Amino acid sequence: MPEDLTFKMQENWSTIVPSDTLAIAVVCERIISGLKEVDFSEDDVFAVHLALEEAFINAVKHGNRLDPAKKIQIEYTRSEDKVQISITDEGEGFNPSDVPDPRVGDNLYKADGRGIFLMQSYMDEVKFNERGNHVDMVRYRCSRKASSGQSSKE
Amino acid sequence: MASIKPNISVQYGEDVTVIAFTDEKILEESDIRGLQNSISSVIEQTEGIKLVMDFGSVKFLSSAVLGLLIRISKRVYEGGGQLALCSIDPKILQIFKITRLTNIFDIYDDIESATKGLTESD
Repeated sequence: MPEDLTFKMQENWSTIVPSDTLAIAVVCERIISGLKEVDFSEDDVFAVHLALEEAFINAVKHGNRLDPAKKIQIEYTRSEDKVQISITDEGEGFNPSDVPDPRVGDNLYKADGRGIFLMQSYMDEVKFNERGNHVDMVRYRCSRKASSGQSSKE
Repeated sequence: MASIKPNISVQYGEDVTVIAFTDEKILEESDIRGLQNSISSVIEQTEGIKLVMDFGSVKFLSSAVLGLLIRISKRVYEGGGQLALCSIDPKILQIFKITRLTNIFDIYDDIESATKGLTESD
């Protein structure tokens, strides 16, 4: 790949936004338009968009518990072959293993509890820190993770 | 066809009511609360409603919308009605499949087949 194109592929920034579900719209638009510019597939763009929305909503509602005084940090890295997004809230954290499988039993009929499952279904890597107030997600270019044709979690 | 804010249009047929989402993206908490109120008011107007929800314009949604649909389906079935979803974009349909919500929702390719499905189930 030419050196100038490789440079164009790379993007790295961090931002801090308020605990407001509206705040993610601008961040999302920046990330999504950037991915389209450097020809990530529609499936990749959809997956990153979905995971970002779900992780941010979790940080606002369950992490910072809608406290307007608390902020959310978003770190973004895009390279030639992958997208990495980290989201950190100021909440007390949680244990991801305590979140039940939303596909099983009565959980299927519950209105909530699908956000983390979708993040894990659409991203190649989803890791929480020990406290549970920071999530690090990676999606590789042309990943075979949940696309419009298949899912590794099905 | 009646237009209700926010974000839906409603077509009252002889047997079947069709609610169409008119936005490409359904994300905001306020939108979802508004949708819940608007759709609930439509459901309450007709006892035993046969309701088709048309996703033909929708290109992106979050898990909060899945929650909204589950709450709506409970209201419909508690009132003795029936619910069908239709015209779901393949990427969004994949979300339904992954979460196994295809097991609890009747999903059709288009409004015609959804309407037929509801009227033939009598």
